[in-house]
Amino acid sequence: MSNTNDELIRIDSVEGTGCVVRGDDVDTDRIIPARFMKVVTFDDMGRHAFEDARKAAKGKHPLDDERFSDAAILVVGQNFGCGSSREHAPQALMRFGFKAFVGGSFAEIFAGNCTSLGLPCVTLGDSDLAKLMGTVELDPAGKIEIDIRTRRLTCRAGEMSVGIPDGVRHQLLEGDWDATRVLMAAGDRIEKTAAALPYSPTA
Amino acid sequence: MAEPKKNLFQKVWDAHRVSELASGQTQLLIGTHLIHEVTSPQAFAMLSELKLPVRFPKRTFATVDHIIPTDDQSRPLKDDLAEAMMSELEQNCREHDIQFFGPESGAQGIVHVIGPELGLTQPGMTIACGDSHTSTHGAFGAIAFGIGTSQVRDLLATQCLAISPLKVRRIEVTGELAPGVFAKDVILAIIRKLGVNGGVGYAYEYAGPVLDAMSMEERMTVCNMSIEGGARCGYVNPDAETIEYLRGRRYTPDNSEFETKAAAWLALASDDGASYDDVVEIDGSAIEPSITWGIHPGHNIGISESIPTPHDTPDEERAGVEEALEYMDFVAGASIAGTPIDVAFIGSCTNGRISDLREAAKVAATGHVKAGVRALVVPGSADVRKQAEAEGLDEVFRKAGFDWREPGCSMCLAMNPDKLRGREVCASSSNRNFKGRQGSPSGRTLLMSPAMVAAAAIAGEVVDIRKSH
Repeated sequence: MSNTNDELIRIDSVEGTGCVVRGDDVDTDRIIPARFMKVVTFDDMGRHAFEDARKAAKGKHPLDDERFSDAAILVVGQNFGCGSSREHAPQALMRFGFKAFVGGSFAEIFAGNCTSLGLPCVTLGDSDLAKLMGTVELDPAGKIEIDIRTRRLTCRAGEMSVGIPDGVRHQLLEGDWDATRVLMAAGDRIEKTAAALPYSPTA
Repeated sequence: MAEPKKNLFQKVWDAHRVSELASGQTQLLIGTHLIHEVTSPQAFAMLSELKLPVRFPKRTFATVDHIIPTDDQSRPLKDDLAEAMMSELEQNCREHDIQFFGPESGAQGIVHVIGPELGLTQPGMTIACGDSHTSTHGAFGAIAFGIGTSQVRDLLATQCLAISPLKVRRIEVTGELAPGVFAKDVILAIIRKLGVNGGVGYAYEYAGPVLDAMSMEERMTVCNMSIEGGARCGYVNPDAETIEYLRGRRYTPDNSEFETKAAAWLALASDDGASYDDVVEIDGSAIEPSITWGIHPGHNIGISESIPTPHDTPDEERAGVEEALEYMDFVAGASIAGTPIDVAFIGSCTNGRISDLREAAKVAATGHVKAGVRALVVPGSADVRKQAEAEGLDEVFRKAGFDWREPGCSMCLAMNPDKLRGREVCASSSNRNFKGRQGSPSGRTLLMSPAMVAAAAIAGEVVDIRKSH
């Protein structure tokens, strides 16, 4: 996905069914094992999302559960996406079909990469997260709506308030999540700042 | 009126601020951009789709490290996929006039090893690289971020990042390290205390007598693993040690210009009385040689402790401990010392520098790798390799039964042919013990210092370096 040359894509809500991957500290090596990064494009990443975990689960992994096959929202635990900075991880999940993540907390680089791709990461407190996970597992066809503007999540278990940093919320709502265009707007202030630095990298 | 007291993070941030964005984030100029073959090709493709040039090619430097084989680096590389990635990087560097430190340059190596080695990494810089261990460069008092590929694109196009300021946590390590305890043990102890996500939203300032006494290479080991504690960057204030390391490097100035620089670098250190969002103290004298037993770097214990039991674990961590014990197939409550190993790996951006190899060689000189154990030593860079060979360390390792390799990331993440097989257990000087990290989906990693890895290779099992040597 890219926003830079085209019309702005403003993201004010995400709607769809959910899928739950339980567990805390799910790292990006698990989301996309390094051996699948030996390519110069992101095209094939979706096929390998959670590949080793899915093989180990012998068909019982939530990503292989037919009831969740149309899911657009991945529900996860604490510190999701820790470890490597590889954008291949959110690329894999996006190409698998996810459009947003709801979790207890997210690792910082992972969340930043998601923002760059226009994929909201929103957080829930422990009891709401447990409720949402339970609801999705009981009723996989149940719709979830995440409203970025009002910071509300609606599902069969009720309405919940979600966390999202102000800056990221602004980027999604204004279509500024693809940062190149926004950064380009600074024009020659970039060169001026660079010229004022007390160092230059040439020997 | 007196200038307000600032910490180093605030000083560096302010010097690189281009503007405040409508989102409330800062548009931050990145002085030095480092790239490698795995996370840059897609960024160059996006740039060309946008028909944008590389804005500051002279502030961008490239090397190849993740996919490069460590046995035979002759071209074309035997693995077609690896060859394609390396060729793509070479092509992108040629096309955009970016300095590339490939194997023929004599300066190739892991990006976080060669940056400091070449003097590209200097105090007060902002540095970014599409690699989470970019925090390593903070050892020099630089603010260094690991970024994703879309941000690599942003940097190529604008040399800037859109980023929110971080809080700063000062971590003071007091006392003095005991014999057999290394920088690796210090950062493992910090991560154990503060948690693998304790640093989210923070930059870590490492300080105190233990950090003051460390060499630059040891400080790099500490800063390297900041991200394993959730902190996007970590740094140490520049001091005389920093200045002496940088003197005479390829990208640092000569003579009188250097002295002027050095004075400016020292002035970047956090002011006395600067404020912090948090301060944590850790007793360095109490740190033991540390080792991981589980599936993330926070799962670590001192070598004399036993593997945790779910029963004695706080509620919120219990499921994680159970999952880790099941994956590792370790017994709760058992001693970690005596755990048999199949593979020993010395290298990586965490512990692949000359001082790491010297410590490991001291141990290697006392014995021979146990029959049945595969042991490899992978220098962090061509320069480290050359220096080690000049000191005869390669001979010490070979004689002891270790494989002596060409530089690269190697078995830290196993994107090249160096991989674990099946359920093998690896004593590793690298930075991550995640499930499947070292190339086998069911492989097992025990993180420890390079000296402890060498000792484990000889014993064929985890040993306490203080008792074995």
